[in-house]
Amino acid sequence: MKLPVLATALALILTGPAHAQDRLLNVSYDIARELFEALNPAFAAQWEAETGRSLTIDMSHGGSSRQARAILEGLPADLVTFNQETDIDVLAESGLLPEDWRDAFPNGASPYYSLPAFLVREGNPKGIEDWDDLAREDVAPVFPNPKTSGNARYTYLAAYAYALAQNDGDQAAAQDFVRSVFANVPVFDTGGRASTQTFAERGIGDVLVTFEAETGQIAAQYEAEGFERVTPSMSLFAAFPVAVVAENAEDNGTTELATAYLDWLYTPEAQRLLAERDYRVTDETVAAEFADAQAPVELVTVDEVFGGWDAVSAEHLASGGILDQVFVNR
Amino acid sequence: MSTAAAPFRAKRVLPGFTLSLGTTLLYLVLIVLIPISALILKGAEIGPAAFWAIVSSERAVAAFRITLTAAAIATAFNAVYGLLMAWVLVRHDFPGKRLLDALMDVPFALPTAVAGLSLTALFSANGWFGQVLHPAGIPVVYTIWGIALAMAFTSIPFVVRTVQPVLEDLDPSLEQAAETLGATPWQVFARVVFPAILPAWLAGCTTAFARSLGEFGAIVFIAGNLPGQTEIAALLAYIRLEEYDYNGAAAIALVLLGFALVLLVLSNILQSWAARHREATR
Repeated sequence: MKLPVLATALALILTGPAHAQDRLLNVSYDIARELFEALNPAFAAQWEAETGRSLTIDMSHGGSSRQARAILEGLPADLVTFNQETDIDVLAESGLLPEDWRDAFPNGASPYYSLPAFLVREGNPKGIEDWDDLAREDVAPVFPNPKTSGNARYTYLAAYAYALAQNDGDQAAAQDFVRSVFANVPVFDTGGRASTQTFAERGIGDVLVTFEAETGQIAAQYEAEGFERVTPSMSLFAAFPVAVVAENAEDNGTTELATAYLDWLYTPEAQRLLAERDYRVTDETVAAEFADAQAPVELVTVDEVFGGWDAVSAEHLASGGILDQVFVNR
Repeated sequence: MSTAAAPFRAKRVLPGFTLSLGTTLLYLVLIVLIPISALILKGAEIGPAAFWAIVSSERAVAAFRITLTAAAIATAFNAVYGLLMAWVLVRHDFPGKRLLDALMDVPFALPTAVAGLSLTALFSANGWFGQVLHPAGIPVVYTIWGIALAMAFTSIPFVVRTVQPVLEDLDPSLEQAAETLGATPWQVFARVVFPAILPAWLAGCTTAFARSLGEFGAIVFIAGNLPGQTEIAALLAYIRLEEYDYNGAAAIALVLLGFALVLLVLSNILQSWAARHREATR
């Protein structure tokens, strides 16, 4: 009785290494679960066709700052796909990857991008079209806590940039505007997905502010609710930066594989999968294919308006900074 | 007293008192003492002036005030309801009693985030309870009542499970004696039953209060998380961590730890008082 069992076990052990098994850990932001569930098999198929080696990609999703902290504390990520450049900078500061990670891939290492946009209830009963509607007293916008959510940090900066543009760069007027937007928020969740729940499931608020890509996904998922997507006239370019976590990838022997994966994100095949999920892409041919589905919008960047992320961190996001002033003293 | 006074000389249930004590102490040091020391050291690193600046900032003070107020509301509710629950479980027989008894431990076993999500779903404006409460002008979710509700849910077993055994030990003949002497039911409760369970009940309430202070998972879903209004201390510590501000998080955590330690010491004193009280009335 025991011999066959032993033989099977031996056979399993012996045949094990014959199948070369590659493995990657992609540590990513909160709302990208479905996106990478679609991207990973496509890349794995291509990798197997090219090299004959099978590939497993493990995913870890969460608020991007929390994910960065997990990596700092030892989560062996081979690569990161975040929605916030500052969170990769934190990794660079601790030496996990080179300071010039933005130069490793095209477009500042951002294969796709998005922008803060709106999702309103069926028929847009409050007539919400642009950022100034969010400051109206009868409108309750829903977005997460900018202190815990990269997503909401973009919302804050986009509203701020809009107000600056409307008021000829008057900082005080911009702060007043953002303060009145924040004063209308009925609940601050800790992450983008929690805010989606608050808006869609609990029926709180008149408008959900989140990445355009997420508004598309929610509208599709809650089809029965008839949510409508609204693109404001102006918004903030939100890079979705990617990087190989050099130190971990070296230890795991996955540098080549991780680089190949991130390079692949720029191919038309991957760009199409991204555009289908309402991300805006950098491949012009693919972008043209989806032009009808993505409303035109004036995009400004953090560099243009705020002088880069370092300045944003120091002036806006630091403890006691402008965000704290408008957020805490609502 | 006689059994309690003849401890580890005569019969040892576990082999070697020294070995058992050594193992438990080592475990305690590794699992509890070292992490707490690390937290305290982190706090000491900050320096008293900076520490005070962090914990006395307007936002932190508001967070502590909200946490303490909600915990007080939750404990007040549990003090009454928990006592009632323990009474029902001990003194009454009815079908499904054992099931109810088992259900009492659900808050211990359930992931608190799940509890928070379920409570939010029930009490939100379009939830089962919320549909009734909201039109009546009693919003629960995203207010301090929501925080208190989540705290009450996760800490109720502490009251029930400390009062229950004492009630079970209480000799019903004492109550019968009081009744035969002409006491009204209320007098029996106030003069005979309540004094006997008072220490245990207070100990249970104190532990429930301490547990409420530390609750996080359930609350972040049902609280509005608005700074200064519905932001609890544990969430503020979490936010500080998200900002890579380890000192800020440690300082807030230390204050919570301080509160909890004081309460737990108090609870232990009450429990030993309860034990002596029970010996005396036996």
